[in-house]
Amino acid sequence: MQTTAPTEQLKIVIVGHVDHGKSTFVGRLFHDTGSLPEGKLEQLQKIAERRGVPFEWANLMDALQSERDQNITIDTAQIWFHTRKRQYVIIDAPGHKEFLKNMVTGAANAEAALLLIDAAEGVQEQSRRHGFLLNLLGIRQIAVLVNKMDLHDYSQERFDQIEREFRAFLKTVGLEPKIFIPIAAKHGDNIASLSANMPWWQGPTVVQTLDEFKISELPKDQPLRFPIQDVYRFDERRILAGRVEAGTLRVGDRLLFSPGNKVSTVKNIERWQAAPRETASAGESVGVILTEQIFVERGSVATLETEPPYALTKIRARMFWLGRAPFKKGKTYKIKLATQEAECHMDSLEKVIDASTLQNISRPENDQFVGRHEVAELYIRMKRPIAFDLHTDIVALGRFVIVDGYEVCGGGIIIEDSYPKRTSDGLHKSENIFWSHGKVTARQRAMRNSHMGCVVWLTGLSGAGKSTIATELERELFNLGKHAYVLDGDNVRHGLCSDLGFSPEDRKENIRRVGEVAKLFAEAGIICITAFISPYRSDRELVRKMMKPRQFVEVHVDAPLAICEERDPKGLYAKARANEIKEFTGISAPYEGPSKPEIQLHTDKLTVAESVAKIVEYLHMQDASAEVSI
Amino acid sequence: MDYLSKLENQSIYIMREAFNKFENLAMLWSIGKDSTVLLWLARKAFLGHVPFPLVHVDTTYKIASMIEYRDQLVKEWGLQLVVGKNEDVLKSGVTFPNGKATRVECCGTLKKDALKAVLEKHHFTGVIVGVRRDEEPTRAKERYFSPRDKNMEWNVEDQPPELWDQFKTDFETGAHIRIHPLLHWTEVNIWEYIERENIPIIPLYFANGKGERYRSIGCWPCTSPMKSNARNVRDIIEELRATNTPERAGRAQDKESEDAFEKLRRDGYM
Repeated sequence: MQTTAPTEQLKIVIVGHVDHGKSTFVGRLFHDTGSLPEGKLEQLQKIAERRGVPFEWANLMDALQSERDQNITIDTAQIWFHTRKRQYVIIDAPGHKEFLKNMVTGAANAEAALLLIDAAEGVQEQSRRHGFLLNLLGIRQIAVLVNKMDLHDYSQERFDQIEREFRAFLKTVGLEPKIFIPIAAKHGDNIASLSANMPWWQGPTVVQTLDEFKISELPKDQPLRFPIQDVYRFDERRILAGRVEAGTLRVGDRLLFSPGNKVSTVKNIERWQAAPRETASAGESVGVILTEQIFVERGSVATLETEPPYALTKIRARMFWLGRAPFKKGKTYKIKLATQEAECHMDSLEKVIDASTLQNISRPENDQFVGRHEVAELYIRMKRPIAFDLHTDIVALGRFVIVDGYEVCGGGIIIEDSYPKRTSDGLHKSENIFWSHGKVTARQRAMRNSHMGCVVWLTGLSGAGKSTIATELERELFNLGKHAYVLDGDNVRHGLCSDLGFSPEDRKENIRRVGEVAKLFAEAGIICITAFISPYRSDRELVRKMMKPRQFVEVHVDAPLAICEERDPKGLYAKARANEIKEFTGISAPYEGPSKPEIQLHTDKLTVAESVAKIVEYLHMQDASAEVSI
Repeated sequence: MDYLSKLENQSIYIMREAFNKFENLAMLWSIGKDSTVLLWLARKAFLGHVPFPLVHVDTTYKIASMIEYRDQLVKEWGLQLVVGKNEDVLKSGVTFPNGKATRVECCGTLKKDALKAVLEKHHFTGVIVGVRRDEEPTRAKERYFSPRDKNMEWNVEDQPPELWDQFKTDFETGAHIRIHPLLHWTEVNIWEYIERENIPIIPLYFANGKGERYRSIGCWPCTSPMKSNARNVRDIIEELRATNTPERAGRAQDKESEDAFEKLRRDGYM
């Protein structure tokens, strides 16, 4: 009897073509290692007898009615068994083509795989497909079991032939099994003990091979990756919740949050009912309190400033597709990577591969898609930047799933491409310089800057929050590496428009001049932010007409008059009420709200950071659809 | 990282995903060891808080000390409790202990239907449940995030793929998701963790003076104790490491027919 601490556990998956004996193998493995629950074997033998059918080892796993009827395991049932060395979780992945998504579910969670091949039928479609997918899913420890050797006279020649053929195939997909073992699962040959029927096989047995596999280690020595899962405010503390996916997090670390390039320092690592520690390593779910409060939300990935991830809107990937409907060019999907989610679409398709034959499938230019059970190499474009790494560098930030409607329909890994290098200050344009021949065009400017020049026109009552948002937006865009500049009402009135008063005519002229100046900024490639009450609809329409389509982004900074009056940051409402200021918008002069602004911000309900985030999101989407951001 | 910590961290991650993704989240609390461990893990995940209500389905046939233990923890830990009860069937008296229903029919109305009613009443779209894969074969097929349709039915043949900790969090209105943060734990892991964390567990699990203890607890007419001298958590761990008897051997409703439990689960039983 064991009385030691909990033993180590290894998760294994069992794959292979349908009817090549996976369930039978598992039943037998359980029996031969003494892992069966008491009475289970007798119970199933009795049921078989009552039904007048021969007892099948496979029934141990196939506990569901529908499976017993079809003799196919329909899902990744997980069960546990022991060897002398350790405990195993075994996933009986099914081989039927229909159930590939279950095989993927099982294999994605495993650390090692056993791939079964029927000695009589030899290498089949699913044998190859599973081999290919195991590699894509990142499983490197594999043993191939050549089963039903009893049906082939326990022939060494047959075994060698299958090993030669399959090894050659697996090599082409980059997979090298540790070993091939001849077995007859039904009779227990070479499972827990060496078979007398195959004196030519000197071992190891399946059980010995399993015990040689290694438990996968958590990547605690890699660069730090801490994706934010949620932000909690259950009490006075503001806690960033998340799991360290790679590396080690330490109190005092200066963290860079991507995308967005915000920086703050770890003040404390929070846990409940656990000894306080100043570090958290890969695999640990913790809470983090920062010294300086910054606006960070779910999806942000915290890293050290010296080891940032990529934060881009386009990735190159190898992807498998499980959805009934194909992954089509022109359709919008959702990508989930770590805790990030973004809308995405197929940018371009490099190749589609039949996973069982490895043949490239050619598709006409006007009908680009990845069909069910196909594998592809392609570019995917997101509506906003996401933080990621190459799968070969940091696994957890290098893989993703695609959601179509309500369903997870595909998964993939991010592969090598000429991604622009990131430097720690987030200015990642160095390898992306565009040379101009002749007159510099607006598009060339936009490509150089990774964003278009435009005018973000904030309109709204005094006290609605225009100047505050303008200043914050400018800072945020600056930190994102973009060129932005605020034209504020007060600074313009002191110079450019010092000759103007507040009559409707003067107000109109004021707005016209500001519009012309803002337009010049936009043409120069800058994001020009203006913060003027600009109460008359016709004035704003005049400015809109000066500009090119999409250059004018009207933002209604909208708060109820009562709230603006209560805020009254400059004491102007009080003066207006006391009749000390004439023609004050909202009190003694009208405010005409926009009928169709590009962005509407209810600043009585949104925080400044949330308002800014909405504008940034809009600009990102506009840049992404114009294909100027990377 | 040791093995129990791996299990713990994975469960915390799953619970935090559920809390982020569901507006109207609840957790089932059967008072048993598993859902009490789950409750402890919730407090780990949310740094001492339990930010959602606990649902207890009361058949009125629960062993009496279960309700006392429940109410005591609710008070001590400041929990929000919602109790579900099938009052109509209890009034009509069509139950197994009255001899007017089979065991499985009784589970169907007093547990499954009562659960359905309480979920509907409070519009819960996500329900955290403490089932484990090693408990019995149909639970072995579960996903961490497992959808139930409008009729609470489970389509076991067509489950969503679940890989790399990306879970099914998008679903049609009317459907709900069961979340199973303990799916990957085994019975002995539960006890090892109870020992490590010193979690208060209802004493029914420990051997009484007559050399009997409950290994799985539920309604008294359908749950019987097993022979055991395990008087504390350590004894139980050692007993379990040596046994080959299934955990639910003392639960009579599973045995009415070969697929009794499977049918109950397809229809929405936990």
